[in-house]
Amino acid sequence: MRKEVVQTDQTGSKPGLGKRVVVAMSGGVDSSVAAALLVHQGYDVIGMMMRLWSEPGNESTNRCCTPEAMAMARRISAELGIPFYAVDAQEVFHREVVDFFQDGYAKGVTPNPCLACNRWVRWDFLLQHALAFDADFMATGHYARLNQGNNGQIQILKAVDEKKDQSYVLHVLGQEQLAHALFPLGKYTKNEVRQLARELGLPVADREESQDLCFLGEEDYRSFLIRNVPHVLDSGPILLPSGENVGTHQGLAFYTIGQRKGLGIQSSVPMYVLKKDLTRNALIVGPQEELGSSELIARKVNWVAGEAPHSPLRCQVKIRYKAVEVPAMVYPEDGIACVVFDDPVRDITPGQAAVFYEGEVCLGGGSILADSSNH
Amino acid sequence: MRDREKIYLDYAATTPVDGRVLHSMLPFFDQAFGNPASIHQFGQEAEAAIEQARETMARIMGCQPLEVVFTSCGSESDNLALRGVALAASRQRSANHILITPVEHHAVSRTALQLADLHGFEVEFIPVDDYGQVKPEDVASRLRPDTAIVSVIYANNEIGTINPIREIGQVCRARGIPIHSDAVQAAAFLPVKVDDLHVDLLSIGAHKFYGPKGVGALFIRQETPILPVQTGGGQEHGLRAGTSNTPYIAGLAEAFQLAVDERVKRIATLQPLRDHLINRILSKIPDSRLTGHPTERLPNHASFVFEGADGNQLLAMLDVAGFACSSGSACKTGDPEPSDVLLALGLPREWALGSLRVTLGAGTTEEHIEKFNQVLPGLVERVRKLTVS
Repeated sequence: MRKEVVQTDQTGSKPGLGKRVVVAMSGGVDSSVAAALLVHQGYDVIGMMMRLWSEPGNESTNRCCTPEAMAMARRISAELGIPFYAVDAQEVFHREVVDFFQDGYAKGVTPNPCLACNRWVRWDFLLQHALAFDADFMATGHYARLNQGNNGQIQILKAVDEKKDQSYVLHVLGQEQLAHALFPLGKYTKNEVRQLARELGLPVADREESQDLCFLGEEDYRSFLIRNVPHVLDSGPILLPSGENVGTHQGLAFYTIGQRKGLGIQSSVPMYVLKKDLTRNALIVGPQEELGSSELIARKVNWVAGEAPHSPLRCQVKIRYKAVEVPAMVYPEDGIACVVFDDPVRDITPGQAAVFYEGEVCLGGGSILADSSNH
Repeated sequence: MRDREKIYLDYAATTPVDGRVLHSMLPFFDQAFGNPASIHQFGQEAEAAIEQARETMARIMGCQPLEVVFTSCGSESDNLALRGVALAASRQRSANHILITPVEHHAVSRTALQLADLHGFEVEFIPVDDYGQVKPEDVASRLRPDTAIVSVIYANNEIGTINPIREIGQVCRARGIPIHSDAVQAAAFLPVKVDDLHVDLLSIGAHKFYGPKGVGALFIRQETPILPVQTGGGQEHGLRAGTSNTPYIAGLAEAFQLAVDERVKRIATLQPLRDHLINRILSKIPDSRLTGHPTERLPNHASFVFEGADGNQLLAMLDVAGFACSSGSACKTGDPEPSDVLLALGLPREWALGSLRVTLGAGTTEEHIEKFNQVLPGLVERVRKLTVS
């Protein structure tokens, strides 16, 4: 039954013969189809799933590693005839992802824990496991492509399916990881992947997409934060840029840059969150025309190629996973980068990543520094 | 990888069904398929097979056929023994004290704990030494007039240690306290004459000695007060309701008979291989220990702990390398906890999480053990590096 899919899809070639690959599985459609494609390409495939998180009492709702998801990954592996192992990653996940998430909010920024997870859990901790199992490669169900550049360097390219492209969360990877990386889904659209899952008879085809942070389960991130970082509830003043006090906020973590609704202030013109002033625990608001900035500073910048460009770079920049790319000049410095946009950009959110693209190529990126936009 | 030879070294988990056993079972699936409880000749034929199996079991254990109850597995036998005897003792003589050990199979320990939870029994644990062995005097000193049942495992599944059941049985029977022993692992290799062992109840499971999964037996000494746990029709002397599973019961008896007939030969083959394995592993792997008793252990059983190694990862790597083994913290969901048994030996957590059980059986060859000895030290080293980083 699986042969037709392979032939329509792979022209019968077996590029994986003699090579071992560990697939990071989640029980979902993407990683399952990724595993199936690799099996058909002739790889010696091992399925692995990380046990990431178990908050007492919340085990059954955590979307990342519910018993059902793991049972599904195990069943799919059995269907594919590949071995499957669970890996205990709870400690590293807590340290690198959950603590990072909480610390970020505690410091008033809006962290993206998926980036930390990719860098330190998937593409470090799990990759080390894969290599210890004598794997040549590790694969995930990310939508992105890899390309060998002319200088031998491996580039990350956007996925064919632009709506599903996940190169944004992979910008944290370097040559060391990419030398072992496979992203089998990059050349398919999500619809094709679902179709493949159906053709392959994988029982995952119609499961719903996961969107929220995996370790929160069905819980709102606010109540998670309140439980774990109680001081996020510290209220403080809402100030105009002039310093005039116009109200009281309920904890900086619960507001986002550009937010208009729910501020609870009286004003003749609509007011927007402009920034968070941590030293004064103040939420700075102002009218729409003051929103936005034409520059930002990114820190902890990773360049996929392994080193920063030697000169300023004309490129496209994405300031959130789902943001539209905008043109900018990027000035690389030691470990940081100054980004100057052609036009002011709203919603620059400290803690999120600014990711740099040149056409299809994801060059790298860094974490947007608080106070990096000059108000 | 899928084509590579796989070497099975997990015979304490389960064994393949012996071809002779399978052969003995087949007629009862579609030929002599009757319900043993039926009046007609189809039923009579099946009933005869079951009673013949019961006689075989009784002959092997040195008891009366009516002292043998067939169950669905060793765990069910343990459940019937603990629940049935404890509840009867509670009703007849208000006994509410249950004495078990920290090295019992969960089928015993969790049953005892549930009896405590639901029915108010007091569960007391008899101490064990560093080998996981129980001393008869530690049982004697804890027996009370209101002790409902004592349960001591004959040979432990994780560490292989054999307990002095005969002496423990004598102590209990002298005081008139029912003594049960879980012999699910032991029955494949050790004597099971119930009068020599001085036990009142003994649990057996077929799949540990090349019989099918899904069938077991419980010896219940006559006049031991016991209540049924599964009620319904009057099968198994009213102690275990449910249509008798004729083919599996026939298979159990055949496998048990073969185990007894071939016991000496099986031990003579496996024990030297096992000893060689233990010596090589302990000498080649630093910071390794044998768990369980060095000599008073099941003849096919080797179990180790390796300091600072994640036992689950070691099992996964061994599997990929072609060796099927087990561990005391075996966990398929990536949330390992050190086993109660290993902690009861006083092992620290960092050691107990790095456990490995290697159990030999009919298919094991010298070549398998040589290969295993060559592969394991390197894998332990790798796992240790992973565990540290």
